[in-house]
Amino acid sequence: MLIRLEQRPEASNIMVYVSPLIAVVLTILTAMIMFGALGVDPAKAIETFFIEPVSTLDGVAELLVKATPLVLIGVGLSLGFQANVWNIGAEGQLVIGALAGGGLALAFYGQSSTLLVPAMLVCGVIGGMAWAAIPAWMKTRFNTNEILTSLMLTYVGLLVLSYLVHGPWKDPEGQNFPESRLFHDSALLPILIDETRLNVGWLLALFVVVLGWILMSRHIIGFQIKVIGMAPMAGAFAGFKENRLIWITLLISGGCAGLAGVIELSGAIGQIVPSISPGYGFTAIIVAFLGRLHPVGVLFAGLLMALTYLGGDSAQITMNLPNAVTGVFQGMLLFFLLASDVLIRYRVRFGPPRVKAEAAE
Amino acid sequence: MTKRYLTRVAAAAALAVSVAFGAQAADPMKVGFVYIGPIGDHGWTYQHDQGRLGLMKHFGDKVKTTYVENVPEGADAARVITKLASTGHKVIFTTSFGYMNPTLKVSKRFPNVTFEHATGYKRSKNLGTYLSVTYEGRYVSGYVAASVSKTAKIGYIASFPIPEVIRDINAVMLGMQKVNPKAELKIIWVNTWFDPGKERSAAEVMMDQGVDVIIQHTDSPAAMQAAEKRGKWAVGQASDMSHFGPNAHLLSVVNDWSNHYIATVQKVMDGNWKSEDYWGGMADNVIRIPGYNKKIPAPVVTEAKKIVAGIKSGTFHPFTGPIKDQTGKVRVPAGKTMTNGELAGMNWYVQGVEGSIPK
Repeated sequence: MLIRLEQRPEASNIMVYVSPLIAVVLTILTAMIMFGALGVDPAKAIETFFIEPVSTLDGVAELLVKATPLVLIGVGLSLGFQANVWNIGAEGQLVIGALAGGGLALAFYGQSSTLLVPAMLVCGVIGGMAWAAIPAWMKTRFNTNEILTSLMLTYVGLLVLSYLVHGPWKDPEGQNFPESRLFHDSALLPILIDETRLNVGWLLALFVVVLGWILMSRHIIGFQIKVIGMAPMAGAFAGFKENRLIWITLLISGGCAGLAGVIELSGAIGQIVPSISPGYGFTAIIVAFLGRLHPVGVLFAGLLMALTYLGGDSAQITMNLPNAVTGVFQGMLLFFLLASDVLIRYRVRFGPPRVKAEAAE
Repeated sequence: MTKRYLTRVAAAAALAVSVAFGAQAADPMKVGFVYIGPIGDHGWTYQHDQGRLGLMKHFGDKVKTTYVENVPEGADAARVITKLASTGHKVIFTTSFGYMNPTLKVSKRFPNVTFEHATGYKRSKNLGTYLSVTYEGRYVSGYVAASVSKTAKIGYIASFPIPEVIRDINAVMLGMQKVNPKAELKIIWVNTWFDPGKERSAAEVMMDQGVDVIIQHTDSPAAMQAAEKRGKWAVGQASDMSHFGPNAHLLSVVNDWSNHYIATVQKVMDGNWKSEDYWGGMADNVIRIPGYNKKIPAPVVTEAKKIVAGIKSGTFHPFTGPIKDQTGKVRVPAGKTMTNGELAGMNWYVQGVEGSIPK
């Protein structure tokens, strides 16, 4: 029997949504084969990886805490990616945003104002935007490549962080270790469920998802982003200003990353440490694509990606599997997603090609 | 009356609890480890894992150990530690400085679990700290390095400018000065504990500048391999790295945690564990130098072994005055030895070290 791929006359709308699901199913099936080969009960391994982490309230809370930065950044990035603006430096914007908000927490240490947390969040957004404004300005002014400038600014951002925690913002009573003092309670995000770390950051992430969805589906800017992304010439003829969209998308994605950074600090960590993020800014790029650059898709993709991290913990603790399992899972997920995307433009056909019908199409 | 009544109730409750949990008493004690790197880093984490294996060997089926590797020091640490505590682990070792505040936070939620945090300074009723006194081995490294160096230039691959690293740089310098007061120590900060690529290029750069002995405060064997390739010397860190550079390897300063892990778990089993700040060095075999390269001149090895014996017996301490800082100011007067408290917060270079501590 002959199996072949046949180009679809039009990209399949159904497949756009089904292919991520196919990818997830294929990942699980392959993982089961892999676990079997390792001599581990596949069903139990899958249960440990995907079910056990969220079997307790604490687990669910941790899932949402882990997903918060991924969803926030992912939504921001997806807007830019649709307009062909490639912000690869969300990690740096996250760090600068976190520093802007965290700096405020240190400056007003001990002040029990209820305005402190909102002010920190605003500072985080502004910090992230400011860091993203540099590549935006360079791209619109000098036509530099924003992939390179935003990426390189990430390393600058990390050095700024390193300077501050080793220098002026070091805990004065910290025996010279590189971290700030612990934030005062008034600088910590309110907790949603007692005894867990779930904080209002998650609600903000959901809010950003809704905003992103409204922007893309109901607002003229969303329309312009799509047009410029798909057909830059058409956008230009329609009078859309490309430079303006570069600015808007970079500022939004930078602001989202900065917000994620300050939420991470003020919600989950509670002080400024030398490594604020284990690479959320980069992982969120995968999340954005896994979520089809759609805010709601990003929400699910962020949750799924967060689950792979928690599943990795469980696999290590419950089954003594190596940490590499997490990486293998994430790698397979991305691989199968890219592979299944073929189905959007092609369909699988069995048997010899029908030459005539094909020509007619 | 009331008091006696309460005592009786407490005794009865204790009995009930011991009966109820009697079945579990035979179960192995679960011990958890949180690692910053992969267990295959051949450095810091590898040695902690060797300690874990030593623990298992000692107690056999009386303990069950679990480890989680590659745990980032940000928000993830608290989640992993909580997970270990809530899955029945009675003793939890967190093995990197950045886990300090997360460990403290989690320890408050689980008062019946014993926590030990490596290299930190915050303790509570059920959280102790432990540390390996690496500077003892560094002093010997500095002494041997300066003895064999032809260019009188030693290279130091430094990780982060925290007191432990500053202290060890100073110990190397003091050891070098014992042989050759003019010997130079070149420092490159790589801002990582484990990055073979960065460590290798740091070693290459220093060798290009005339350095012929590399000392590393990072965990991969990349620098050792680079030195082996170019026919230079190198000192191994944390684990015995001799097989990564049979010719280049001068000696390794090995962290052997198994004794401390065995002692801690034993204390918890016996119910007499107390929170303390434990500094383990050569005297407790937590720091060891397993062997010296055969090409090192015999008198140098003899002297090195003498230093080790002095440290073990307590007759010699690397940080004994007079010690001056870079400006020439006497920081430790002659005859005085720095206390652990002073060493814990060391943030100045001894005279002879060039450059300044990165901010």
